[in-house]
Order: sequence, then C-alpha cells, then structure tokens
Amino acid sequence: MLELKGIGKTYSSGAKATHAIGDISFTVAEGEFVCVVGPSGCGKTTLLKCIAGLLPPTRGEVLVRGRRVDGPPEELALVFQEYGRSLMPWASVRNNVLLPLRHKRLSRAERSRLVEESLDAVGLTAFLDHYPWQLSGGMQQRVAIARALAYQPTTLLMDEPFASVDAQTRGDLEDLILRVRDEYDITVLFVTHDIDESVYLPDRVVVLTHSPTEVKEIVPVDLPRPRDQLVTKELPEFAHLRGHVYRLIKREQESETPALEATDVPHAGTAV
Amino acid sequence: MRTGRLVEASVVLLSIAAALVFWEAISRTGVISEKDLPAMSTTFRELWSLIQTGSFWLAFAQTVRGWALGLAVATVLAVPIGILLGSSDFAASAFRVPIEFLRPIPSAALIPLLFLTLGTTLKSEVFLASFGAFWPLLVQTMYGVRDVDPIAMDTARSFGVGRLERLYRITLPSAVPYIATGLRISSTVSLILAFTAELFMGLPGLGQKVNFAQAYGLDTQLYAYALATGFLGVAIHLAMSALERRALRWHPSQRGETA
Amino acid sequence: MSRRTYTLLKIGAEIAVPLALLAGWQLWTTHAHSVKFPRLSTILVQFKDMWLFSEFGTHVVPSLERIGLGFAIAVAAGILLGIPLGLSRWARLWAMPHIEYWRAIPPPALLPITILLLHSIGNRQKVAFIAFFCLFPVLLNTIDGVRGIDPTLVDTARSYGLGPLERIRRIVLPAALPQIVAGMRNSLSLAVITMVLAEYFSSTSGVGYVLLISKNTFQMAPMWAAIVLIGLLGYLLNVLFILAERRALAWHRGWRASVAG
Repeated sequence: MLELKGIGKTYSSGAKATHAIGDISFTVAEGEFVCVVGPSGCGKTTLLKCIAGLLPPTRGEVLVRGRRVDGPPEELALVFQEYGRSLMPWASVRNNVLLPLRHKRLSRAERSRLVEESLDAVGLTAFLDHYPWQLSGGMQQRVAIARALAYQPTTLLMDEPFASVDAQTRGDLEDLILRVRDEYDITVLFVTHDIDESVYLPDRVVVLTHSPTEVKEIVPVDLPRPRDQLVTKELPEFAHLRGHVYRLIKREQESETPALEATDVPHAGTAV
Repeated sequence: MRTGRLVEASVVLLSIAAALVFWEAISRTGVISEKDLPAMSTTFRELWSLIQTGSFWLAFAQTVRGWALGLAVATVLAVPIGILLGSSDFAASAFRVPIEFLRPIPSAALIPLLFLTLGTTLKSEVFLASFGAFWPLLVQTMYGVRDVDPIAMDTARSFGVGRLERLYRITLPSAVPYIATGLRISSTVSLILAFTAELFMGLPGLGQKVNFAQAYGLDTQLYAYALATGFLGVAIHLAMSALERRALRWHPSQRGETA
Repeated sequence: MSRRTYTLLKIGAEIAVPLALLAGWQLWTTHAHSVKFPRLSTILVQFKDMWLFSEFGTHVVPSLERIGLGFAIAVAAGILLGIPLGLSRWARLWAMPHIEYWRAIPPPALLPITILLLHSIGNRQKVAFIAFFCLFPVLLNTIDGVRGIDPTLVDTARSYGLGPLERIRRIVLPAALPQIVAGMRNSLSLAVITMVLAEYFSSTSGVGYVLLISKNTFQMAPMWAAIVLIGLLGYLLNVLFILAERRALAWHRGWRASVAG
C-alpha cells in the first residue's frame, strides 16, 4: 500500500555532499502500524518528508497504492512533532481542524460534521472555540491529530509526535493513537526515537542505521492486542523485543562515533 | 558558495542598470517630458560637473554636519535619560504621558517656531534634527534596559554585585543591540530633519541647494542634487545598519523596528 | 514601603507630572511676557476658536483626507508588493537596490520633484508624496513578516494539499500580520510628518498651510494652535491605531504570552 523503493537523499554535491539517506526500502501494508526508529540524526524527519511529498528524494521513489508520489498525496496526513508550530495561533481549534477541508469539495454541514467527529475521537469536543495556545501541549497535539483525522486519510504519517510532551501525557496519547487506528482503520507510519514506544505501538519496527541511512533490520512485533501500558509492558516478550531494538541502535550509535576506548588502567589486583 | 555570490551581485547590478536605462528611455522618448524629467544621462552629467565644484562638497559637508550634530546631541541626551527611565519603573510611569504625547509630534511642525526664535542659524538645524532623533533613541534605550534577562540580574544580585556594577556589566551590554537599532532609526530621522531645515529655512546645505534649484527653475540641477541627497542617505543608512548588525551579532536576534 | 503605597504613589505621579509640566508651561509663559511664546491659556483659547470648529472643515478635513488616502494606498501597495517579495528570493534581490535607495532618501528632497512631475500642488501631488514614502515601512515589514513565517506551518498547509494562493490567504497573510501591523503603525506616523511637510512646502489648504501662513503673518497664537493641533493629531491617530491593533491581534498577544512560558 505504501512502498519505499531505494529512497536516497543527498544534499549539496561533490566533496561537500551530505548523504542524509543512503538507501531505504520497505513496504507498509494496508492497515498496518509500522514504527521507524533509529539513532539520532539518521534522517528520520527527512525520510518522512520525502514520503509525504514535501521533499523530493534524490534517488528512488515512493509509491502510494501503486501511484508515484510527486507532491503531497491526498491519502496521506502528516503530524509533526512541533505541534505548537503546526497549528495556526490566530485560529480557533475548530478553524484549525477545518484547514485541511478547505479545498475539498464538501458542504458546510459535512465539514462541520467531520470536525466535530474528529475532535470527539480525541476527546476535545469541549474546546472547539478555544485557541491552541490556551491548551496544554498534549491537548495541542491532539488537535493536530484531530486535524489529520478530519482530512480522512488512508495513512497517517507521524514524526516523533509525542516527543515534546511529558511522559504521562505521552502514555495517554499512545493509547489514543492505537484507539484511533482501530476506529478509523487507517495505516500508520510512526517515526520515533523512544525505544519503548517503538515496540509498544506497532506491528513491525523498522530499525535504521546511522547516515547514510539504510534499513538495518525489520523486527516483527507479535505482542497481543489490544495493547495496555501496564500489562503489555510487563510481558517478557516486550522486554525481549525492547532489548533487541535497543541493542541494534546502540551498535549503530557506537559504530558511528569513535568510541572512547577504555584504556588499560592499572587497578588493584592486576599486574601492570 | 562563491558562484552564488557572483550571481547575486550581477542580479543587483543588472537591476540597477535596468532602472537607469528605463529612466533614460521614458525621458528621451517623451513619455514624461524632458522638461519635467531630465534624462538619466543629462542628470548624471550635471551631477558629475557639480561634484567637481567646491560648492557642492561644501553643501554636502554642511548637511553631514547637521546630521552628525543632531544625532550626537540626541544620543547624549537620550541614552542617559533612557537608562534612567528604563531602570526605574516609577520614573517611567511618571513620565509616560508626556513622552507618549511629545513623541508623535512631527518635528517639522516646529519649523516656524524655530524661524522666530533661534532664527536661520545652525542652532535651528541642530535643534530640529536632535529633537526628532531624540525620541526613537529614548524609546529604544528604555526597551533595551527593561528587557534585561531577570535571571541574569538575579544571579548577579545573589553574588552580591552592586547596583552600579550590575548596570554596566549586565544591563548596558544587554541593551546595546536596542541602542544600536535606535541609533539607526534616529540617524535616518536626523538626516531628514537636517535636510528639512535646510530646505525650508534656507540654511546652508544640500537642502538649500535643492531649494535654490527649484526656485530658479534649474530642473536638471534639482534632480542632480536630489540624486546626491539620496546617495548620502543610502551611505548613512548602510553605515548605521552595519553598526547595528555588529552590535546584534553578540546577542540573540532582537526585534526592534524595521523601517 | 508597602506595595499599595507604591502603586498609589505611582499613579499619583502619572497624573501629577503632566499637570505639573502644563502648569509650568503656563507660569513660565505668563512670566516671560514674550510675544513668541504666548501663554498656554491664550493658545488653548485660540485652539478652541480655530479648530473647534470654524476652521475644522477648511483645513483639518483636507489634511486628514490626504493622510487617510495616502496611508491607505501605501498599505495596500506595501502588502501587495511585500508578499511576493517576501516569498521569492530572486524577486527580492532584484527589488532590494531600489527599495534601499528610496527608503533612505530624505522625503523633502523629492517635494519639488513631485510638483514638477505631477504638474500640481493639489491633492494629487500631496497624496502621491505621502503614499510613496509611507509605502516603505509597510513594504519592509511585510517582507520581513513573510520571511519569518515558521516553515512548519507552511509544510503543514502543503501537506494538506493547499495550493499557493490558498496558502497565501490562509497562512502567509495571517502569520505575517503582526509584523505588517507594526509597519503600518510606523507608516501612519510617517504619514502625519509627510503631510505636514508637503502642505508647508506648497499648499492652499490644510494644517501645514495654516502653520506656514501664520508664521508668515507673525500670528503667534494661531501658529502655536496649529503646532498643538499637529501634535494632537499625531497622538490621537497613534492611540486609535493601537486600539484597533489590540482588537485585531488579540490572538497574537495570547500566543506570545503562552510561548514565553
């Protein structure tokens, strides 16, 4: 349903070339929840922007339902990490959620209905006429999610959406997105740097290398659904998967930066 | 990238050249009569011959003098008063109303008054220029002093740093970008008013030259002097902006007034 | 000193200082017996006689009309030109040398030229003069406002399929508005100044004209009344503008306050 074929992104050229992305290929099936995780600075946001049609890849192509992505495709909705910067501060929550519907041919009533439904799905019906900056961080991100839902996409692209939110709110938002996925039956591609999150949410985890970025390993996540913040995270299987992903990333990080090799420090008990 | 710079520079030059050619064209072809708008080449030729006269440079220097003195007097008054008012909440409130009222007065309105009091002397020009230049600088200085990071101040206080020392170690450096912005704005105002005084009061300088040229119907000369005044304005503006940028370099970007 | 005492003293000073200055003005001018500096009370009486309301229609209204029209044209042109210039780096490069020149030239230098080119000293010339110079604060602020827009906001709009015109209407303009309005405020005070200059230089009506005539005929009180009126005009227009700005940009204040933490 969503295919990445040999995506590469290089900035500048010649000696100064920065290979943000080397070669990334994987597929996301309809209705799947896939997390993408990798060491810091491995170009996760760049990748998402290429998929969303905001940035043209230097190499390779993205196919959505078989069609090549040239600009922002109708079926995809993007949720950024910086919710504060993606919501319009001069518009009410209602008008913010209306934004993606502006150019769709829908009647006023239809638009209203979609707005109300999606705000209901994220539990913010009471805040229709508030301004985004009057809400907490977690609530603002929920508005951004509601906006994406109102757009009626088949796929949700999320770029570390819960990274700027406190830990407790993050748990709530994670469960919200799982509920929403089931309710709306959409495909989700979720980029994160939080390893726990990357195992808790998806059906599969795509682990990336450091730049030039490639797919290191795709880890299937067989944990039972519905997921639960307490029950699922207590399962041995969860710890095992989490450890596996953690080790993969740690190895990537170490192979990139020259490790501070422990020198042979003489200590008590060893002969120098 | 060096090629990028080259391309940029050529676009700028091309743009200027195109405008000059356009000017020449509309004048020569009579779209605007040559009497009303002398051709570009004619005007530049006139300017060229003027530049070679002593009287041009004398007038030029006189305008620069008026500008400089006006800015200097304004600075000497506005910065200390601004620091005072900016540091004292009480003083700032007390003088808020008079400042808010005097600030928007167009200094040009004072010309008749100056005619009748200080007369057609350099004093009038300097008074006018400094009166106008005073207010933007005062306001900017006040903003700058008030905008000091309270955490930095608290830290200093907790280390027992005295009031005066806090002023010149923390407050002043933090206010410098604002003062630099204020200087740039005030500089523009000072030039405008110095020129205005010369134009309207017949004080020696470029403004007076423009006035004469207009009075005697010497249109080409009129345009030449106006052109030269524009160049002076650009030169001063570029210099003050460069100064402002240097002052801003040491601080996170501050938003002052743009135009 | 308690908080309350301090606040009371502060408010007291806010009222007392302006009153003291006015009283001082009256006392000094009474004592000085100078023709050039008539008593404050005389000026106020003259002010009432002239501007309320006998000469109001003859002079104040034309001046206000010129300011209004010049300002309106400047704002419209500034925004219409500023948006594309803010969005396109090449357009900016091309336009910048010209903008830098015309914004730096002292406006009075062009007064005789506008008269020559427009063959008039009437409203046409005045409005053109005012509009031309008031263009630049709005233009420059619009460019800055557009350039400073958060790319995340634009990316969001793009990702939801909004075309360039829609993006300008729904994202660019509202986002740049606070900056544009700051430019408009500067432009308005510049409008008052350029109006006075233009009328003082050559006119047959208007507040600036009254200023000139009263000086030429050595009528001190009317001259002072004109000066006070011009100051009052500048002050009132500024206050009105700030009030309008507060209403229109209420969201901006709230947003900045929340961001500041």
